[in-house]
Parts: sequence; structure tokens; C-alpha cells
Amino acid sequence: MNLEQLKPELEAAIPGCRLEIIPNPSPSGQHSLLISPEHAIALATFLRDTPHLRFDYCSNVTGVDWPASALPGKIKSKEMEDGTESDEEEINAEPTGYLEAVYHLYSMQLKHGPVILRMRTEDRATRVHLPSLTPIWRSADFQEREIFDLFGILFDGHPDLRRILMWDEFTDHPMRRDYVEPDDYEYEPTAHDDVLRKTMHHYSGNA
Amino acid sequence: MTTATLPASATLTSPSGETDTQLLEVSMGPQHPSTHGVFRMDVALDGEHVVKLKPIFGYLHRNHEKIAEIETYLGSMPYTDRLDYFCSITNNWAYALAVEKLAGIVVPERAEYLRVITGELTRLQNHASLVGFLMQDMGASGTPLMYAFREREKILDLFESLTGARMMCNYMRFGGCRCDLPEGWLQQAKQVVDAFPRFLDEFERLLSSNEILMARTQGVGVLSKKLAINAGVTGPMLRASGVNYDLRKVDKYGIYDRFNFRVPLGEHGDVYDRYMIRLLEMRESVSILQQAIRDLPEGPFTDPKTKVRNFRPKPGEAYGRIEAPKGELGFYLISDGTPNPYRYRVRPPSLINLTILEDMCLGQNIADVVIILGSIDIVMGEVDR
Repeated sequence: MNLEQLKPELEAAIPGCRLEIIPNPSPSGQHSLLISPEHAIALATFLRDTPHLRFDYCSNVTGVDWPASALPGKIKSKEMEDGTESDEEEINAEPTGYLEAVYHLYSMQLKHGPVILRMRTEDRATRVHLPSLTPIWRSADFQEREIFDLFGILFDGHPDLRRILMWDEFTDHPMRRDYVEPDDYEYEPTAHDDVLRKTMHHYSGNA
Repeated sequence: MTTATLPASATLTSPSGETDTQLLEVSMGPQHPSTHGVFRMDVALDGEHVVKLKPIFGYLHRNHEKIAEIETYLGSMPYTDRLDYFCSITNNWAYALAVEKLAGIVVPERAEYLRVITGELTRLQNHASLVGFLMQDMGASGTPLMYAFREREKILDLFESLTGARMMCNYMRFGGCRCDLPEGWLQQAKQVVDAFPRFLDEFERLLSSNEILMARTQGVGVLSKKLAINAGVTGPMLRASGVNYDLRKVDKYGIYDRFNFRVPLGEHGDVYDRYMIRLLEMRESVSILQQAIRDLPEGPFTDPKTKVRNFRPKPGEAYGRIEAPKGELGFYLISDGTPNPYRYRVRPPSLINLTILEDMCLGQNIADVVIILGSIDIVMGEVDR
């Protein structure tokens, strides 16, 4: 699927839609399309229902974490800024990074693809909302839940956004690049603690 | 002081509107012999009928993707065996294919043939044991499963003499395979493959027109074509619903365009169709194997130019997918030019085929939930990763 042809068609069909082709330098040649979250539902419906596109099958949905330090090109500019600008300005100007959701679309009817869609959140901390595409493709259901669980993107409009792999009481998002695993997973006392305490008491000669 | 709360089952009301019926919530699993691993289903029952079903999993979660992002590209290859531990060779293949796309590696012809031979043998043993498990779930205890395992054992012996391991084969490498065939392996494989249709005939005589099997499976767990496509169901499940989508035909990855084989399609999308599709696919796999064994060329079994140590693909990304026995198995990789993948994602067919479990079970009997789940063909190592 040629994205150069697809892009103007999509922009004509959905007014006000901002699209950007993200080139992929690898030999796979799978370029992707960065879409704005506010038009995602309209765009996905168009891709699914237009007769000559018919992307009826959303194969793979996944998240990618891009903290500021991992973004290509931005590290150098930050280094150049060092020393010349004051600290306060640097904090304001510092890029926050973003979380990304990637959708791989194929067509089962016309047997073409993939078209790769990407959506980006505004930052990695609080503004992490993206529209859910589960109403368009049911196959995104469990996969968006998994992204919420492991990356922490909140999908608005998802019918059942719960943790899927980690347990419900878990608070962090382990697939993020800066995730630090806790030293001790023990989060509630066990019956064994009592045994240990008694043993310590015994060895200290107080028995 | 605690306040007394009603149990959850008491607050639910019956959809039929009868006053004295109560919904009963049953938790099937995680330790249940028919859940094929540690898998739980929260089922709400109205009498015998299912009115709600929520799959709960993650008990086997070890964050495979995170571990792979810390590991080198080649270092994750043995770990992919543990995803779907029934089909380690196809897991290896999907991962190798994604890395080859990412780095632009060309696979020699003999290696492609070796991949097809081992991959189709994997499909044979997966489908055979799946049918055996399905019969076991249905209560046909012992015989069908043992028949299937007898054949599976012969294929596992072939894997063992080729790779050194029965199940955790770790056979593929980027740009080819790990080792060439040992002496006499091909004749042995040919014997196993040629004898396989006899097992299928025997199996079909035993089961396919069995009255109890037909009564238990026909019209049970129907999955419509439209829902199957929309929910991203792949593999034999999808084709049992009548959608002609086989990646061996659509993508023609590897050398699948050289072989002459048909794609069997179901009509009703029920459990019986899914059972039948697997038997028919095994016959097609036998045909592919006979062609591949006949045509196997001489030559290198791996691409000698591919670096084994310090393998660093150029920055970029790739999504590679194959038709694994359970459905579309895909790997999505992002490289940032370092020896470790920046992002490593597995698209597990078992997990995504579970999306429509509730839709298939609603209104069915509780006893049928077990065989509907069995006909999906899940492996928890892949669902939970």
C-alpha cells in the first residue's frame, strides 16, 4: 500500500485531519502514518469501510515508549543548549517524550496491507489519553488493554479497560523504559513471617 | 465492625425475568484440566446456560517482551520456544522472519526448504494433539489422545535427532537454520510423512462420523464470518468460519508459492468445522511435506554473511508474520542500532483468538464451554507471555 497515494485521499475525506508519513529506513520498507488522535475514529472508519481500501482486519496493536532521552535528534540539541541557557528555561524547554500506539492494518477481503497507523500521547505522565479503536476493530480489545496495563496509555471509549496481565492491585507500568522493578514483591504479610519472628526470638535466647 | 454484604450472585437478576431463578457465578480454573494451563473463566450461569463469561489470565506472565529488550537479538531466539511450547519451530521462524525483514537478510534456498519441512511437521503434531485434547475435553478419555500422541512422538523424535531437543528446538537462525540435516534424517522423515495419512484415515474412521461427537459439536460455539474478521481471529479458527485467509497463500513468505496445496474452508463456523479443518489441514501439510522432501536442493543451510556476534540491524522497524499452527504469529521489532531491540512485540494468535470466547459461549451449556475453549487451541505460554 502506497502511503503517498493514501495520504491525500485520507486528508480529502476527513476535513481538518493532520497526517504525517513516518519514514522507515530499514529494508522492510514499512512506512507508517502518524495520525492526530481527535480524527482517529473517523479515519479508522473510513479505512475500514471504503470499498477499495477495506482494511477490515486490525492485526497487531502495540505500544512504544519514547522517553525524551530516547528520541533521536533531541539529545544533541539538549547538549548544545547546556551552558548557554539558564536552568529554568531548560526545564521548560525540555521535551517530555511520549507514548505511542501502533496499529497494523490488513485487508482480508482484498488481501493487501499493511497500513501502519501511529498515535502519540502528549506526554508520558498525565496527558496519556488516546481514543480507543476497539469500536471499529474488536481485535484491538485485549491488545489495548495490554497497552494500558504495560505502558499506561488510557484509551477513551474502550468498553472494558482493566489490567489484563498484571494483577489488579499493581500500580506501575512495567514495559516503560524507566520502570524500576521493586526490590521486594511481598506486599502483604504471610503466615511465614510469624514463623520467622518466632525463630529469631528463639535464637536470641529468650525462649 | 464489618457490615454484612450479600454475595455477588444474589444481586444479579435473571434475564428471563422469572422471579425465583438466581444466577450462579462459577469460577472455572485456574486449576482445571480443560483450561490447557492456568486460565480462569468467570462464568455466570442461568441454570445450565451461560449468560456471562469473562476470561482471566496472566498467571504465567513473565514479561517476555521486556526480557527480550534487555537481551540481544539472537539471545531471544531460544526464549521464543517458550511462547507456544507446542510449536517452537514456527515461533523461531516468525522471529527469524521479522529480524530478516529488519536487517534485509536473504535466506538460502536449502534453508527455506528446511524451514518448510520442520514448520509443516510442527503443524502436523500441533493439529494432531489439538484434536486429541479436544476429544479428551469432550469426555472421550484416552484413546483419541493416545493415538494422536503416538504420531506426535514420531515427529518429536525427528526433531530430537535434528535439533537435540524434543520441544524446545531453537532451530532457526537469522538467515537460515542452526544445523544441516543429519545422515538418514530425510528418509526417516519421509517414512513418517508417508505413513501419516494412514493415521488420519484411522482417526477419521474412529471419530468424524461418530454420533456423540456430532451431537456435541455441530451447531455449538458458532462464530460468524463477520465477527471473526472484525475480531482478528486467525488460523484454522478463521477458516472454519469460511474466510479464505491463509498467510501461506496471501503473503507467500519463504517459498510457499512453490508448493501446490489447497486451503480448506468451513461453512458453519462451529466446533465440528474447526475439528474438521484441522484434519483437512493435516492432509494438505502432508502434501506440502512430500513436495518439499522431494525437491530439497543442495547448498548452504544458512547465510554465511550474517553476523552471529555483535549483530546490530540499522535503525528502523519491521513487522513479520507467518501462518503458525494456531493463527497469525507476528513479531514487531524496532531497532535503534544497538545490539538489543528497542521494542520487541509478539502478536500472539492464542490471545487474540480468545477475544470472542464470550460471544461464542453465550447461551450455550456450561459443558460446551469446555469444548468451545478446546476448539480455539490456546497455549497459555503464548497468551500470557
